[in-house]
Amino acid sequence: MKILVPIKRVADPNNANKMKVSPDGKRVVSGDLPWAINPFDEYALEAGLRLLENGATGERFGELVIVTLGPEDVQTTMRQALAMGADRGIHIPIDEEKLDAMIVAQALAAVVRLEAPDLVLMGKQAVDGDSNNVGQMLAEFLGWPMATFAMSIALEGKQIVVGREVDTGVLTLRIELPAVVTVDLRIVLSKSVRNGKTPESHAYPDDVRHISVKGIMAAKKKPIATKTLEELGVQPNLSVRYLRFEVPPARSGSTRYVESVSELVRLLHTEAKVI
Amino acid sequence: MVQVLVVAELLDRALRKTTLSAITFARQLNESKGGVFDVLVIGEGAEAVAHLATRYGARKVFWAEIPGGYVAERYAPTVAQLVQSQGHNVVVATASTYGKDLLPRVAARFGAGVASDIAGFSVESDGSIVYRRPMYAGNIYGYCTIDTPIHVVSVRQTEFEAAAEVGSESPIEAVEVIQDEVARRVEYVSLEAQKRERPELAEAEIVVSGGRALKSAENFKRLLEPLADVLGAAIGASRAACDAGYAPNDLQVGQTGKVVAPKLYIAIGISGAIQHLAGMKGSKVIVAINTNKDAPIAAVADYFLVADLFKAVPELTEELKRLKSAQA
Ligand SMILES: Cc1cc2nc3c(=O)[nH]c(=O)nc-3n(C[C@H](O)[C@H](O)[C@H](O)COP(=O)(O)OP(=O)(O)OC[C@H]3O[C@@H](n4cnc5c(N)ncnc54)[C@H](O)[C@@H]3O)c2cc1C
Ligand SMILES: Nc1ncnc2c1ncn2[C@@H]1O[C@H](COP(=O)(O)O)[C@@H](O)[C@H]1O
Repeated sequence: MKILVPIKRVADPNNANKMKVSPDGKRVVSGDLPWAINPFDEYALEAGLRLLENGATGERFGELVIVTLGPEDVQTTMRQALAMGADRGIHIPIDEEKLDAMIVAQALAAVVRLEAPDLVLMGKQAVDGDSNNVGQMLAEFLGWPMATFAMSIALEGKQIVVGREVDTGVLTLRIELPAVVTVDLRIVLSKSVRNGKTPESHAYPDDVRHISVKGIMAAKKKPIATKTLEELGVQPNLSVRYLRFEVPPARSGSTRYVESVSELVRLLHTEAKVI
Repeated sequence: MVQVLVVAELLDRALRKTTLSAITFARQLNESKGGVFDVLVIGEGAEAVAHLATRYGARKVFWAEIPGGYVAERYAPTVAQLVQSQGHNVVVATASTYGKDLLPRVAARFGAGVASDIAGFSVESDGSIVYRRPMYAGNIYGYCTIDTPIHVVSVRQTEFEAAAEVGSESPIEAVEVIQDEVARRVEYVSLEAQKRERPELAEAEIVVSGGRALKSAENFKRLLEPLADVLGAAIGASRAACDAGYAPNDLQVGQTGKVVAPKLYIAIGISGAIQHLAGMKGSKVIVAINTNKDAPIAAVADYFLVADLFKAVPELTEELKRLKSAQA
């Protein structure tokens, strides 16, 4: 089995409140925040590794390829994914500001046609743009079935059964491969991924695996191929264009510390008038 | 002039209230740019639901009967075909999991740009539409235009009030269902829905939300339900509480869960991580109950009760009961 995992880098999402806007308002500035793999893509990578291995013995049954659109130095982030266990990478060099969902999805579709994976496994959203578009567009461009917001995946031969986290509960789909699956948070809980090879009794930790020193060493030798948008036959025309950015106004008012439950109730009733 | 198509959302053969936010967007856009809007009711029981959708001022309500549960591959071709045959130039749905799943797939069928989860829009002097989107967990607003002939937009429910009914009735019309090969490769298995008596999270006036500090599903239920009951509130949770199984996943509030903006949000044993704040900082009044007065939730809290929740929550429930009975 071959799995393709698209990976985007984002400025440290745990410090998103430190993001700024350039004085002309035209760009978002991440300052000295470090780059990280988009958390949902890291979850997709973890899920992909779990699909391809016997979790108890570590034995591997297939190939996991990552693909990233981003500038030259995005390869540093790609190496982290390789250190986690991906086998090789494809880098499509371009500035992030020149990308939108359409271009990314078209480029990924071209890579899928070259690589012919059984499954594209990716994040449901990049937590910088918070768009949540690329997976669905990619599936349509390929004419493949999709399951977005996956919280569980069970591999059953040439099919997958996916539990999707939707507003009202869990919607389950059975899908014939090849397919596009976008993952949600709960995909990294210990029993979320089943491949028929990992013993049912095996419990993964509730998170992504740690990068080992051995993994880092191995990642240095793993190949990253470069493919340009031109080679992939994708026009670099933006269909969604950002004119400006702005830091939203802060919540007005300051925090009032209250001493007791009765004081809280009194304030909510007489001052805030919400109860 | 714009011709907008609102893609309605169905649940159990009824119109989901999310639809009314998308209709509000359509009306606002018609107000500022002229034009009309249509509604497409698609899914199981569409014809009956179409009649319910006729009271909102649409030029026309289209319906397409697709039996079985929702599968994007079965809906997208029909939506796309309608847009192209009717010449709609803006397609909108609310950014629920339904709208987020379906619209980009529809957009890709005719190569349209998508602005998802918008919080507002403006029409510039040259007539172009600029969409305002929260990005970076709500820490940045981006203002974007869509440069393709058709715009596809999903709207944030909390930012577009539910549309009220108008006097007139729109005519209804059936549309042809278009099949696509790919749909054969997807089988809808089930929807395990959480049944609740409480108001829906995204629509509730008051939300009582619990975090990791609740420590167990049992505590979560025992402490939060009576409090929510006296307040007539919906219950929410942090990711940590959902992941740990204290609360069902569909109660998660945040960047990647549900966005809420009630008049009162009570965060109980929730630290206030960036991803959580993204889903609730639009609330009118925010109360935090937390043992740590420096927890990041302080950045958005209007009232902060520094207390052990295991003691404070039952007390709060009792105090509110007294207040309510005094009011009655
Ligand atoms: C990609 C990604 C997406 C995410 N999306 C979301 C999201 O949508 N929503 C979300 O909520 N999180 C989200 N998170 C997780 C988020 O980063 C936090 O980990 C999470 O919100 C923490 O939950 P918590 O506040 O319940 O737990 P904690 O951070 O552990 O906080 C517990 C709080 O309880 C207080 N406390 C402890 N004991 C008591 C007591 N007895 N009485 C009163 N107070 C007490 C503590 O002081 C602390 O402030 C996301 C994370 C990632 C990586
Ligand atoms: N520049 C990129 N390179 C590789 N994958 C990307 C890129 N941008 C988005 N993606 C993928 O598309 C998913 C959804 O992104 P978005 O639609 O932008 O929220 C992400 O989780 C990634 O898997």
